[in-house]
Amino acid sequence: MSWMPVLALAGLITFATRLSFIALLGHARMPPLLARALRLVPPAVLSAIILPELVLRGGALDLSPRNPRLGAGLLAAAVALATRSVLLTIAIGLVALWGLQALLG
Amino acid sequence: MLPILVGVVPFGMIYGLSAVGAGLPALAAQAMSSVVFAGSAQFIAAQLIHDAAPAAAVLATIFLVNLRHALYSASVAPYVKDLGGGWKGILAYLLTDEAFAVAISRYQRDAEAVEPSPHRHWYFLGAGLALWTSWQLSTAVGIFFGAAVPRGWSLDFALPLTFIALVLPSLRSRAGGAAAVSAGVVAVLAAGLPYKLGLMLAAAAGIAAGLIAGKEDA
Repeated sequence: MSWMPVLALAGLITFATRLSFIALLGHARMPPLLARALRLVPPAVLSAIILPELVLRGGALDLSPRNPRLGAGLLAAAVALATRSVLLTIAIGLVALWGLQALLG
Repeated sequence: MLPILVGVVPFGMIYGLSAVGAGLPALAAQAMSSVVFAGSAQFIAAQLIHDAAPAAAVLATIFLVNLRHALYSASVAPYVKDLGGGWKGILAYLLTDEAFAVAISRYQRDAEAVEPSPHRHWYFLGAGLALWTSWQLSTAVGIFFGAAVPRGWSLDFALPLTFIALVLPSLRSRAGGAAAVSAGVVAVLAAGLPYKLGLMLAAAAGIAAGLIAGKEDA
């Protein structure tokens, strides 16, 4: 299927979100609880994507050392913690995945 | 301003590279950069399209992830309220995380001055356009290289790796940590649900847990 109409709609939604309070002429204020909730969206959504990607293989839980994505992901997390570098995290994570895939066949 | 631009360029390249690696057509990957123009939402949308998620799930997730831009909108609204509709539209389109950080610090610095500079909106516009141009060009470079990489290199894995690098700093706060851990666990448990409903459920659980855990900090 073509993703173009979906992307156009996504662009409109994003634009409307950014315009929302600007268009309200600064009259409206955001409730503090909502503001706190919105700041939690990125860590919640990112983590909800990462964890299944690392621990599920073909829909089943696989926490064994034979799961290459789990090993590579854990190493990448350690690199991210130690260096705070996005580029290093990706580079070392990818190399670890290739190495583990080659090792585990 | 310059350090932010330097930070945006590799991100745009990683986005282009991994979006193509995740199976997006080059044109769709580039179009997303100009139409949606929101870093983390674009990475997440690429991952969902890679997972063959339904269109409604992709839209709902982009909406949810970009909702925090309403916060930025609320913060800059008092400063831009006297501008015309065209200005407001363009500034809203350019209101990314990075543009917001640059613009709001300028506005706040300006608010302390006796007479606000008449050029402050141009500063916002200039920063936004510089970020926009860097994002488009770096996306294109990433797509160019991504198209040359063979499938067997598992380049789609660059997406979750990027997310790992993005999420770890937020784990330092109690609220962020509780949100990430709860959302991750619920996402694994609910992975079998159709239409990516598990992702929405996980996000809701994470936000609720984060709000409860962060009560004292607020």
